[in-house]
Amino acid sequence: MRKIYLDYSATTPVKKEVVEEMLPYFTENFGNASSIHGFGQDAKRALEKARAQIAATIAAPADTVYFTAGGSESDNWAIKGVMRANKAKGNHMITCKIEHHAVLHTCQALEKEGVEVTYLDVDSDGMISLEALKAAIRPTTVLISIMFINNEIGTMQPIQDIAQIAHESGVLFHTDAVQAYGNVKIDVSAMGIDLMSVSSHKIYGPKGVGALYIKKGIKIQNLIEGGAQEKKRRAGTENVAGIMGFAKAAQIAHDSLEAHVEKLVTLRERLLKGILESVDYVKHNGHPTLRHPGNVNVCFEFIEGEALLLSLNAKGIGGSSGSACTSGSLDPSHVLLAIGLPHEIAHGSLRLTIGDFTTEEDVDYTIEALKEVVQKLRMMSPLYDRIQGGK
Amino acid sequence: MYTETVMDHFMNPRNVGEIENADGVGEVGNVKCGDIMRIYIKVNDEKIEDIKFKTFGCGSAIAASSIATELIMGLSIEDALKVTNKQVVDALGGLPAVKIHCSVLAEQALKAAIYDYAQKTGKTYAGLEGFDPTDDHDDHHDIVEIEF
Repeated sequence: MRKIYLDYSATTPVKKEVVEEMLPYFTENFGNASSIHGFGQDAKRALEKARAQIAATIAAPADTVYFTAGGSESDNWAIKGVMRANKAKGNHMITCKIEHHAVLHTCQALEKEGVEVTYLDVDSDGMISLEALKAAIRPTTVLISIMFINNEIGTMQPIQDIAQIAHESGVLFHTDAVQAYGNVKIDVSAMGIDLMSVSSHKIYGPKGVGALYIKKGIKIQNLIEGGAQEKKRRAGTENVAGIMGFAKAAQIAHDSLEAHVEKLVTLRERLLKGILESVDYVKHNGHPTLRHPGNVNVCFEFIEGEALLLSLNAKGIGGSSGSACTSGSLDPSHVLLAIGLPHEIAHGSLRLTIGDFTTEEDVDYTIEALKEVVQKLRMMSPLYDRIQGGK
Repeated sequence: MYTETVMDHFMNPRNVGEIENADGVGEVGNVKCGDIMRIYIKVNDEKIEDIKFKTFGCGSAIAASSIATELIMGLSIEDALKVTNKQVVDALGGLPAVKIHCSVLAEQALKAAIYDYAQKTGKTYAGLEGFDPTDDHDDHHDIVEIEF
């Protein structure tokens, strides 16, 4: 059976060049980067080269990039670390309602420590309001944390404007750029980003590796205590092989960004157009233009997302949904509810994310498959026949 | 996540559709929770001669509806009213704990269809005692997990 992966925002396959780059660091160059001997120093050199490579992709000095175990750790560290280290300034922070759970649950955890959090609303495209952001800033506001690109609906926030508003009030700005990194050109200093979370496995690198960019001079508390790794800021023996893979993946993403974006946008538009033309009662979610190059998020009315995913899976297609049955809770995704979708529409959501190995044929096959599957499920749906027969 | 039987009934659901001039129609669930089941029955000589369903919901909701119609087809009304959600779960070879409510929904949809039939014909059934089709049967929070 044909197999089509359309869940690149969940994770990506590791590129062959990336695996090649990693392999020697498991066997020959296996040293602990903290060791004095040659084995350790070889690993240390590799690690610092990787750090410089990744820093170069975001136009940052090498010593501002700190390796972590992934995007979630980076988000936790940035937010908890900044809020706990700047208590003298205040105990308020601002974020928005469509953040990843790595941010939202971190904020909720901080609320139990007495931190006050403002969760900004978003509009029906998933955009925050800059006016509302300005209005939410208090004298005690320490941090604004707004994601660069939303993982579900693909909406891209006006990062530069947010940073400017933050800085005008002396507030720090963190962005979860896990979905943006490798899909958008990022220049942390030009954009005014103070802290930024990125992840390796979303850009064709290995899982379990990420980084936090911390602008020089930012006060931040450690999250992981222990040894003196990462300039005493993040303990734990460095995952050198993983980091080498991450750096290689980051470099490939950086060097081929334009071609990558162009390819993804072309396929994304083909997929979206195909869906909208062949199926009725479909709603497109997220901002129409300011969005992730490979993200298509739609809601099919009268059917449920999990049933849709299972049916697509039977045709070899891997996608994702924000329906309650796939979220592991009773409610559909917080993102779909925040953009104002009623429960019944949000239950029928489908996210298809395109990546470097997606082809035009994959997209066309998927459109055909969707048409069949949606029709089949609708024929079973008591909601659809009401519309059809006016019953 | 799902047993082969669940996937089979989801992919190839039995008795999908509607019955024209059905003797009883029952619908339970609500769109907010993401599942609605509607069951149609044709009754002849106190026997369920035909049964069909339409379901809006996840894979297990569709599979539970499908297998419930198989369990019920041909039963007398009294026997049909004895079919429990546990029987639906067992016939499916089990359901994940969070999906048990789908089997409850199937049981309730059948009862609602028989209730409709009873209302239309003025009959009473012991198995319908205490059954109120307007209850929100899809209140997931109240569903007690059954052992199997």
